[in-house]
Amino acid sequence: MNGNIWVLASADSVAIATTLVLAALGALFTERAGVLNLGIEGILLTAAISSFLAADSSGSIWLGLIVGSLVGALLAGIHAVLSVVLRANQIVAGLALVIFGTGLANFLGKPAEGKTVATIIKPLSFGPLSDIPLVGPIVFRQDPITYASIVIAILASLYLFRSRPGLELRATGDDPATVDAQGLSVASIRIRYTLFGGLLVGLGGSWLMLAQSAAWHQAATTNGIGWIALALVVFAGWRPMRLIFGAILFGFTLQLPFTLQAEQITFIPSALMQMLPYLATLIALIGLSRPSTRNKLGAPKALGIPFVRDER
Amino acid sequence: MTNASHEVAKGPHHVSGAAPSALSAHAIVKRFPGVLANDSVDFDVLPGEVHTLLGENGAGKSTLAAMLCGLYQPDSGYISRNGERIALSSPRAGLQHGIAMVHQHFRLVERFTVAENVILGSRDLSYRLNSSELENRVAAVADSYGLPIEPGATVGELSVGQRQRVEIVKALYQGAEILLLDEPTAVLVPAEVEKLFENVHAMTQAGKSIVFISHKLGEVVEISDRVTVLRNGRVTGHVSGRGTTDTKELARLMVGRDIELTTQRASHATGHEILQIRDLSLTVSGVNVLSDISFNVHAGEMVGIAGVAGNGQRELADTIAGLMSPTSGSIAISGSMTTDRGPIHARELGLAYVPEDRLGMGLVPSMSILDNLLLTRDRRIVVDRSTVRPEATRLIEQFEIKANGPDHLARKLSGGNAQKVLLARELSGGRTATKLLVVCSPTRGLDVGAIETVRALLDDARSAGQAILLISEDLDEVMSLSDRILVLYRGSVVHETPGVSAQLSTVGAAMAGLKSEGKS
Repeated sequence: MNGNIWVLASADSVAIATTLVLAALGALFTERAGVLNLGIEGILLTAAISSFLAADSSGSIWLGLIVGSLVGALLAGIHAVLSVVLRANQIVAGLALVIFGTGLANFLGKPAEGKTVATIIKPLSFGPLSDIPLVGPIVFRQDPITYASIVIAILASLYLFRSRPGLELRATGDDPATVDAQGLSVASIRIRYTLFGGLLVGLGGSWLMLAQSAAWHQAATTNGIGWIALALVVFAGWRPMRLIFGAILFGFTLQLPFTLQAEQITFIPSALMQMLPYLATLIALIGLSRPSTRNKLGAPKALGIPFVRDER
Repeated sequence: MTNASHEVAKGPHHVSGAAPSALSAHAIVKRFPGVLANDSVDFDVLPGEVHTLLGENGAGKSTLAAMLCGLYQPDSGYISRNGERIALSSPRAGLQHGIAMVHQHFRLVERFTVAENVILGSRDLSYRLNSSELENRVAAVADSYGLPIEPGATVGELSVGQRQRVEIVKALYQGAEILLLDEPTAVLVPAEVEKLFENVHAMTQAGKSIVFISHKLGEVVEISDRVTVLRNGRVTGHVSGRGTTDTKELARLMVGRDIELTTQRASHATGHEILQIRDLSLTVSGVNVLSDISFNVHAGEMVGIAGVAGNGQRELADTIAGLMSPTSGSIAISGSMTTDRGPIHARELGLAYVPEDRLGMGLVPSMSILDNLLLTRDRRIVVDRSTVRPEATRLIEQFEIKANGPDHLARKLSGGNAQKVLLARELSGGRTATKLLVVCSPTRGLDVGAIETVRALLDDARSAGQAILLISEDLDEVMSLSDRILVLYRGSVVHETPGVSAQLSTVGAAMAGLKSEGKS
């Protein structure tokens, strides 16, 4: 067994986890406000191609990240209008967003199919630290967005549980009528966090494009990571800190088929391995659909329910 | 509507000379589509006073309260605070003037702690929250009014009475000088009501004004310094003086005619056993919802199940109706086992069921009265309305249902009329004559007039020999109607007493889970 491959695999898990953390944090903020956005996969894909096109035409990775994030917020804005302003069924609106996002990405990405970005986001180097065996490649050889995603998750946790707006956000997801009675606007809070969630998902999609994939492939760029992110939020019990560990675990599972192939371990069919994260997603979504399980997992009580002020 | 501004300071009623009203409403008019909810209503409350708004549901008291706290704006007329005219554009504006409303349905986040709930929405907080410091601040406010609360406790684990206290502390924390309590006793057991009244006294002692909204005559007389009675949006009378108030007079002002609320219990010879329940237990996702319940209901007998909401009443009713299967034990109607046989079988044996959730489980809101009636009448594939239409018309007349005929949609009926439709359907029997009637909270949310009718209907059904199981959280109702009372607490029957000799204090204590000692 080649130890080096496993170190690389672990480093890869952390890297893949970046998109997962960012996309899941986006979903988490949205859901904490009581809005269920199933369109994450569509947003990821559209943000990815947008960031690719922006980075490709301008030559700036950072511009690519910014454009990708803004496109994420824009698409989430569609969901906000449908589900908060028009009070549409959020599941239907979210699924529509997946289809729309996929189609849009397909359309935008046609000329770019198979092309690579000129420059990609490079890992930072911490000099001798990065060369420490085992720890070095995993902890000290990641790119700035990966580090940023962990910082964002920690800040998100502090914001949710230790700040006044965080308290109001959690209250909105659990009991919007109470928030309304306090004279706070439920709609405004929900729209704001849906947009912010989209922004984070967009950042995740852009990073996936500009640091991970480098080449645009409509069919393979996101590979269902958006759905896994949704499942991750459930498994993390809507808590940002748990999300980090969950993301690394999922990240490890996602890259496992490739590592096993490299190791020429064939007694487990790689197709089975590739299926695992999606199986986990399926289980999470089944759990989410049962009210009693939802409660136990700690789901926001008003998740997916449009808020209508009770007039008399 | 032509009140000169110098009149404001005195307030519309001459109660105690010069003291300016803490809050007063002047010639308030409020219209909703098709309804004149408030018609030139005057109202005022003095500092340190409990002033009650008494009236039936739909009399306009909640509408008035909503305008006093800024939830609605009057169409004409105005509100003044300490003699100065104010405009309340929102509940937040009301709070800024020191006016807060404690809603009937608590506005609390169950997952949050008491302290988090109290501070939610406060604007004077720093960005960062320090939970122990907040808890101290909240405890300090609560202690200064002698309101015992535990700031670190999770609200979801508190009793209804405790939650109400949290709501009150919240209002006080936000600086309320005037508290509007909307039907505060509706959800409380007797011991908790006493506690609430103590708290109200503590607050008035501290100079706070209380607007108490209620339709329960007994407690109104006990707590109020003054009472203003509303009917059909108009003030029908003012009564002042604690304890000296004549309940009969108040009832007349409220309803507009003399009413007899305590149904005379005619003694009947009860017949054979209709409903037999043996060792009934129900476990739902690991929790014992019902444990070892055994009792019978005889023909011509009304058995009342008393208890605070959520002690297994709904599950008991659903199990008898065949909607849930018991974990163990048996249910028989007229000697035939219905356990695990499903609702249709139970109905064929003569069961009629009036569930608590009228428009959710009882009636289909989007269907007409006629079609709702058809649900229990006709099980053929092709629907034939013509056979049921005459019966529908007759029932509408007989039960005095206010509707435009059999095609009136159920969701467009008022609460009282929807309940009458449901009772009409269940009492009149479907394909099988009704032998056993299970009714849950039959008068909840109804006005006094409708309550009287519904109770009379139940009484008639009993006299006609039907066996009735009355499940209600309204203790007065259970006590005044039932031949026998069982108290359900945490899924067990903890107390049984004949209706005639039932003591309010004993039954109340059993409902609260106390054996009989006066612990609160």
